[in-house]
Amino acid sequence: MPDITLSALAAQLFTGLVLGGILVLLAIGLSLIFGLMTVVNFAHGSFFMLGAYTGFFVLGYTKSFWAALVIAPLVVGAFGLVIERLLIRPLYGRGPDDPLLLTFGLSLVLVEAVKLVAGKLGLTLDPPAVLAGAVDLGFMKFPAYRLFVLAVTAVVLVALWLFLEKTNIGLIVRAGSRDALMVRALGIDLGRVWFLVFGLGIAMAGLAGILAGPLRGVYAEMGIEIIIEAFVVVVVGGMGSLPGAIVAGLLIGEVISLTTFFAPKLAEIVVFIVMAVVLLARPSGLFGEAGLAE
Amino acid sequence: MNRRTFLGSTTAAISVLGFPAILRAQSGPLRIGFPLPLTGPFAAIAADQKRGAELAMDELNAKGGVLGRKVEVLFRDDELKPATGAQRTKELIENQNVDFVVGGLAAHVQMAINEQTKKAGKLFISISQSDEISAKPDTSPITFHEALNPTITGRAVGSWAVQNLGKKWWVVYADYAWGKQNNAVFSEVVRKAGGTVLGNTPYPLGKPEFSAHIPKIQAAKPEVLLAATPGADGVAFMKQAISFGMKKEMKILVPLHFLYYAKEGGAELYADVYGGTNFYWELAETNPQAKKFVDAFTKKFGIPPDGYAGYGYSGILEVARGVTLAKSTDSEKVAETLRKNPTYDHYKGKQYWRACDNKAFQDLWLVKGRPQNKGEWGYFEVAGKVAADERLERTCAEKGHA
Repeated sequence: MPDITLSALAAQLFTGLVLGGILVLLAIGLSLIFGLMTVVNFAHGSFFMLGAYTGFFVLGYTKSFWAALVIAPLVVGAFGLVIERLLIRPLYGRGPDDPLLLTFGLSLVLVEAVKLVAGKLGLTLDPPAVLAGAVDLGFMKFPAYRLFVLAVTAVVLVALWLFLEKTNIGLIVRAGSRDALMVRALGIDLGRVWFLVFGLGIAMAGLAGILAGPLRGVYAEMGIEIIIEAFVVVVVGGMGSLPGAIVAGLLIGEVISLTTFFAPKLAEIVVFIVMAVVLLARPSGLFGEAGLAE
Repeated sequence: MNRRTFLGSTTAAISVLGFPAILRAQSGPLRIGFPLPLTGPFAAIAADQKRGAELAMDELNAKGGVLGRKVEVLFRDDELKPATGAQRTKELIENQNVDFVVGGLAAHVQMAINEQTKKAGKLFISISQSDEISAKPDTSPITFHEALNPTITGRAVGSWAVQNLGKKWWVVYADYAWGKQNNAVFSEVVRKAGGTVLGNTPYPLGKPEFSAHIPKIQAAKPEVLLAATPGADGVAFMKQAISFGMKKEMKILVPLHFLYYAKEGGAELYADVYGGTNFYWELAETNPQAKKFVDAFTKKFGIPPDGYAGYGYSGILEVARGVTLAKSTDSEKVAETLRKNPTYDHYKGKQYWRACDNKAFQDLWLVKGRPQNKGEWGYFEVAGKVAADERLERTCAEKGHA
């Protein structure tokens, strides 16, 4: 056991914040899609992976990480729209089981398809040269790229908050997730909003993918592990709750980071322990509303 | 089609379908099963093994095969999962009637393969690292181990590094058989040499996110960091070590270096990182057998071979040598023949089987990443050679062989 100095602990907490950032981006998309459409999107991890691959190829063509960072989420989001229109829309109104099975199958198909197209070997995605070094934070040297990931996460969250709170569409989204029937009764076409929100959630998964690429490497199975953690975040935060996804994402990031510090072997299991404890104390999650998942 | 030709062709078809195993086993090709993880974090190393085995197969067939029979190597993806490895091996033996099995990558998967070959009585030549594969209770008289193992590599690389790089160590290791064996062996070497292991960091194989581990390691200020982070995990580890500024604070050592991951990560990533290897292609400059291997390999694939291509190549050629000398495809006879004729040299100089545990003994090298690659593939320069030496391995008594 190393000496637990204040600066070591601060370093560890900061590291956890960045780990949590990626989880938040994924969990928000999941939660948004679930909250509005009651679709449990098992393919979310595959869209995450597609984001990283698309980013890699855009980077190859344009030689610009910034272009890739913008284009990859747009491409993945557009692909998400196609999937919604062709595959998910026919299943609306059939309960959460059918879309769950569909998206689960879709995730397997996407992973295998990527292996066919891009090969089974992993790819390496490099952060831009500007962000390659480390920044001295006083208590530790921290990789500039990880700070950047944290900043992008924050910007995206603020933008999303403004969109949901300050725009008319945002109002419909919020109303639709409370009571879809009532919104329909007011003569609003929820189908279009669902379409849009699905694309938005998927685009955020794509963004998380390209952001995570330089941190963990790009490989076909990269979405499979992280999606489990993202689901834990959604469940802990409360299904469909956006503040819940943010708080729980950062919480899980910190839990992983601190467990790694004190007992590395437990880091894998501890997130599930947290989930179990939260579910025992608050069955609908930290910020969830009872009955939403039924 | 008249009645006669119909009857004729039908009979032929039935005889092929109806009496397959026995007839084909005698006159058809010599079949060697080859399970390996073509997907997952070791995919690049597996691809290297596969190329080596393909080259061996081509060369054998160009010379007319073995005992007049064509050699056929059947590759199967074990996905780096013990259960899949066992299943693929079983299928190879039961459905494809393979005579022998060569292959396996990752210490835990090769144990699963070995369980199947033992059960079916087929000779297995393992070509990746494991301490247990040649020790009781897992090994068997028809289990051979062509690769180096963590004990040999750890003692050779570890004793060199503790003398030359520093006495205060930290170990990061993938939390599965090979990683744990490395942690144990290197730690013991360091302690015996009067050094200290300040701490260690296990992480799950194939989940290369190290950021949460790094502040603690930096705070401990080790002189040497051993990164038992195999395959693609290693590239991710080096990147993160650099981005946290660790590479400037300590010397980084890996148990094994891999050419294709160095190429993937780039010279800068592996510059001045030390590691062991069973083979490096620039050996061709001084060793004629290596030159033959490297030239043929480069001609066929357009890239030079790395160490695990050597294992794959040598493993197939050893099966062929055993069958030729024994004049039989019976696994026990071939095994007995290899033990009686233990010396061979397929790609890098003399090697030999130790009769008591079917373990191959061979030279190994210490290499270091060049700051700038020499030519497209010149990533490593030699820092030292360790000749084959049984003292680096446990004795047969220590491994449970009576």
